[in-house]
Amino acid sequence: MMNRRTFWDRFYHRLFAFAAGLCVLVLLGIFGMLLLNGFRFFESVSLWSFLGSSNWNPSAWGKATYGMGAMLWSTLLVSLGAMVLAVPLGIGTAAYLSEVAPGWVRDWIKPAIELLAAVPSVVVGFIGIVVIAPIISRIFGLSNGLNALNGSILLAVMALPTIISVAEEAIRSVPNTYKEGAYALGANSWTTLMTVTLPACTSGLIAATMLGMGRVIGETMTVLMATGNANAMPHGFFDPVRTITATVAIEMGEVPYGTTHFYGLYALGAVLFIITLIINLLAESIAAKFRKQGR
Amino acid sequence: MTKQQFTKIVGIQLLLLCTLLTLSFLGIILFDLFSKGYSALSWDFLSTAPSKGMTQGGILPAVAGTALVTLVATLFALPFGVACAIYLNEYARDHWFTRLLRASIRNLAGVPSIIYGLFGLALFVEALHIGASILASGLTLALLTLPYIITTTEEALHNVPNAYREAALALGATKWESIKTVVLPGAMPGILTGTILALSRAAGETAPILFTGVAFYTRYLPGSLLDEFMALPYHLYILSTQHQSLEQVRPLAYATAVVLLGMVLLLNLSAIMLRIRYRNLWKTSK
Repeated sequence: MMNRRTFWDRFYHRLFAFAAGLCVLVLLGIFGMLLLNGFRFFESVSLWSFLGSSNWNPSAWGKATYGMGAMLWSTLLVSLGAMVLAVPLGIGTAAYLSEVAPGWVRDWIKPAIELLAAVPSVVVGFIGIVVIAPIISRIFGLSNGLNALNGSILLAVMALPTIISVAEEAIRSVPNTYKEGAYALGANSWTTLMTVTLPACTSGLIAATMLGMGRVIGETMTVLMATGNANAMPHGFFDPVRTITATVAIEMGEVPYGTTHFYGLYALGAVLFIITLIINLLAESIAAKFRKQGR
Repeated sequence: MTKQQFTKIVGIQLLLLCTLLTLSFLGIILFDLFSKGYSALSWDFLSTAPSKGMTQGGILPAVAGTALVTLVATLFALPFGVACAIYLNEYARDHWFTRLLRASIRNLAGVPSIIYGLFGLALFVEALHIGASILASGLTLALLTLPYIITTTEEALHNVPNAYREAALALGATKWESIKTVVLPGAMPGILTGTILALSRAAGETAPILFTGVAFYTRYLPGSLLDEFMALPYHLYILSTQHQSLEQVRPLAYATAVVLLGMVLLLNLSAIMLRIRYRNLWKTSK
């Protein structure tokens, strides 16, 4: 007969395994829920018109249209703009932290960057309205500064902490012998960084960029507040845009449960989920390689 | 000075400039909000409900709502997350299930917060018939914070030296007894740090609660977990974009932003302090 202690030992083992199983179920559940609701949408709308058309007008009387082209492009425009700003800045900061800064400086800067990462997205969006928008409208002579550029700047700020921490880890993973080799050949610290260290961890820097991208592409409140939300194909960074996330956030509150429009928003969510999943999986597989190499 | 020395100096300064620019964003956010929001802050602002179409009064229901929903989220996420982490660090061997589990956790951390909102709406609000409520929002936020709690807890457990486990087992403890009496207490500071970070994340999120229970305005404080609620981040969103007289309520929006940001930063600072305080916990005891 099993005594009480053995019973509890086995009980807790099973309990913990059960919790772990639930955790996997959550991810599968999210995926399944999006697919299921997305499929219901494609019963009444063709996948081709959903992806290929850029006319999203679900409330048009008689003939509602569901094309996500403009939103997809808006999302990519804002996110790519953010990456253009954040990647050089982030890699520069990471290089400074790992190669230049003395220990005590790093001990102060890293928590500050953590705090930057902790600022809620709605607060960042608010800053976009009250600080960035007036500056943009003044510099470029626009009537209103709520546009794609504003969103890109804010998203760059939100991507920075992710990019910096992954890039720093990547730069640190470069073996010291590489750098010592460069120094022995007479290179100074800057030349070593540019010609040896950074090229040696390119894959890690790409992973950093992709994880930053994954972070901003799904960002909702910031773009919802700061990009102007015009439901149209943008022609550049000075146009107001409405991203996939903003559309879901705006319209989900208004649609009746179970309508084509309702399922359409889930289909948008599914597209977003698949994009971020692919980005994250790729980034993680790249990051896993340099983590192994660093050891 | 040679050309090489010159580019080196310019290059290093450039890196410093990048760092300063990054930090300046934090500086701008803090300075702008605190300098402009400070004047509208008062005890009354924190302790009264909004009045006159939200053009006057305070944010008490929003503070209460955020506190409650964050608490509910933590109550669900903490035991569940810690159990997952214990399984991963103490029991799991490297086989397909463990790899699937780790991949799930990593990807859950990367799922956009609005997708959690959609999931919460479909599962908690509709399928389980909880309705738009504190409970539904809290559960949604619990799922969102779960990967954070698991990752930080696993790291905390991992830092407990194996010698402690072996000592407990050698004294005749079962595996569970060694976890309960030796491993978990040792990992407690790390778990606490992770929990605080998860709290701060849950308190600041807006997208997951948009469809699962947050309300534009409620006259009363929430009376049960099945009530709709006001929340600080959503209140800030309303005041800064949806209100009919945006300019008039701008000072209130600033003050709300200060309260929200102040709360989140305080939580994060305490987590950072905790981490520094216990950084050498296992190094000194060796």
